[in-house]
Amino acid sequence: MEEKQEKALISLRNLQVSFKIEGQYYNAVDGVDLEIMPNEVFAIVGESGSGKTALALSISRLHNMNYTRISGHILYNDENLLELSERRLNKIRGADISMIFQDPLTSLNPLIRVGPQIEETLVYHTNMNKTQKKERALELLNQVGIRNPDVTYQSYPHELSGGMRQRAVIAVALACKPSLVIADEPTTALDVTLQAQILDLLRALQREMQSSVILITHDLGVVAEMATRVAVMYAGQIVEMASAQQLFKNPRHPYTRSLLASIPHADSENDRLNAIKGIVPTLKYLPRQGCRFSHRTPWIPQSEHEADPKYHEVSPGHKVMCTCHETFRFETA
Amino acid sequence: MLEVKDLKIYYPIRGGILGRVVDYVRAVDGVTFTVEPRQTIGLVGESGSGKSTIGKAILGLVPLAGGSIHFNGEDITKHIGKNRSPYRKSVQMIFQDVLSSLNSKKRVLDVIAEPLRNFENMTKAEERKRVDELLSIVGMSPDNALKYPHEFSGGQRQRIGVARAIALRPKLIVADEPVSALDLSIQAQVLNYMKDVQEEMGLSYLFISHDLGVVKHMCEYLAIMHNGRFVEFGSRKDIYSDPVHIYTRKLIASIPSMDPDDREKNEQQRDIISREYTERYKDFYQENGKVYDLKKRNETHYVATL
Repeated sequence: MEEKQEKALISLRNLQVSFKIEGQYYNAVDGVDLEIMPNEVFAIVGESGSGKTALALSISRLHNMNYTRISGHILYNDENLLELSERRLNKIRGADISMIFQDPLTSLNPLIRVGPQIEETLVYHTNMNKTQKKERALELLNQVGIRNPDVTYQSYPHELSGGMRQRAVIAVALACKPSLVIADEPTTALDVTLQAQILDLLRALQREMQSSVILITHDLGVVAEMATRVAVMYAGQIVEMASAQQLFKNPRHPYTRSLLASIPHADSENDRLNAIKGIVPTLKYLPRQGCRFSHRTPWIPQSEHEADPKYHEVSPGHKVMCTCHETFRFETA
Repeated sequence: MLEVKDLKIYYPIRGGILGRVVDYVRAVDGVTFTVEPRQTIGLVGESGSGKSTIGKAILGLVPLAGGSIHFNGEDITKHIGKNRSPYRKSVQMIFQDVLSSLNSKKRVLDVIAEPLRNFENMTKAEERKRVDELLSIVGMSPDNALKYPHEFSGGQRQRIGVARAIALRPKLIVADEPVSALDLSIQAQVLNYMKDVQEEMGLSYLFISHDLGVVKHMCEYLAIMHNGRFVEFGSRKDIYSDPVHIYTRKLIASIPSMDPDDREKNEQQRDIISREYTERYKDFYQENGKVYDLKKRNETHYVATL
């Protein structure tokens, strides 16, 4: 693969994230290996409970360690983020790695005007003086497409509309020109028209700043619009990883295919949707052996699954877990 | 069957130290449409466009500021505040947030039987039989009847919501964002059951949603709302293949394409439309931002233009 030559910006090795439930630890992320390249948008898709957010939060170590255990390696600039001291980590968080959350109203401080909130990151990570900081904040507001930066600079979060707020959050995240932005469901709380605007903005900014984005989402439409590469997560594992083109043109894993088939397509008028049988298992009752998706496809005989599922490369850069993808078919009525 | 005529709903804005009404929010400002038996009408719009308010008005949950709502020729406003009126039987609602719409202290049996207890004189055994029947219609086993709502997943809860809504064999169900809190695979289950139930019971739906994919899947006719008024009304084909109003076109252009190769094209398309939105704003909106009255384009297609 030609991509291998390029050095990964951040690589995850056998990452395990487990949460404590009733005194016992259960893995929400179960052995994930990933490499995020410079200047790419890497999407992680999955339904609620698939472990995608647990994965993202462990990169910036935002989990409450009182009931979380993380093992494995997260290598960034040859350092394992999981072993860094809080102090060292604080130098990286917000500056080199920043986050955009789903709900802009809760990720902004309601008592502080927007301008100073953007400057806050600059206070911690740069030596700018007051005027420089203000200049940078206004520049950022302008960059994220806010028409009157001076007015917005002086506004409180509640005075802004949902789309404007999310733009302000993006401005905060970009303040120190991070090399990696983790965006956790950045448009889920927004209306469709706003969603399109924010996605267009994110894409333009990403191109301009050449930084990488990890995009966490449950919305395959957002993935198709944004991503360079995609990982599909189910029950704590990546079940398929491919470029966006490969994934949408030639989805392999039964889960990916079932998900794509359950989208009410804006351009098909098929009467019935493909519903996936059963539900995503809760953390405590996650199947830990064999193909984890197999119990939602009961019509596929066990012999078509691997006992210990491995990744299979179906084409360069396109990996699928378990052999069941070779013979998978949808249930016929 | 349902006739909504020039519906207006204003919410008062209070101000000053005396809390006097200083102005009104015109949440719904002159909306007219009908729902025929077995039809599904979609109401689409962004948050704050007034789509949920219309749903509430049809259930008699908000006072009207003007206009009328007739159900089978009868004015519904005279039923407002009366608990056991027959109108309450014929029109039911499915809510977005299932967990908060199901009483957490009641068993599923009681949740579904509540409407039956209010309207039908059933013995315990008959009631139980009917509840089991309703559960099986939405694909759930009767053993679930004695469980509590928190024991179910989101999709199952929404199916309980559907079962409750159909308990009295209503004619019309107002579904306010019934699947927007659900995961994709679960959403498909619920939508499939809603369609099955419709066919079996000959229901009509007023389907309120902001998701253009879901609406296209479910509805024959669509109304696009903006600022409390309809900007466009038409069949599924009219709206998706031949959108006329600039707002509708903006909405349609925002639907993400499932083909990564279309990205550039879509972005350009959105740029063109957003430019057009500013340039041709006056053709579609009055000075004060109000949407024009609907004008007929053909048998099924109405557009609000100058």
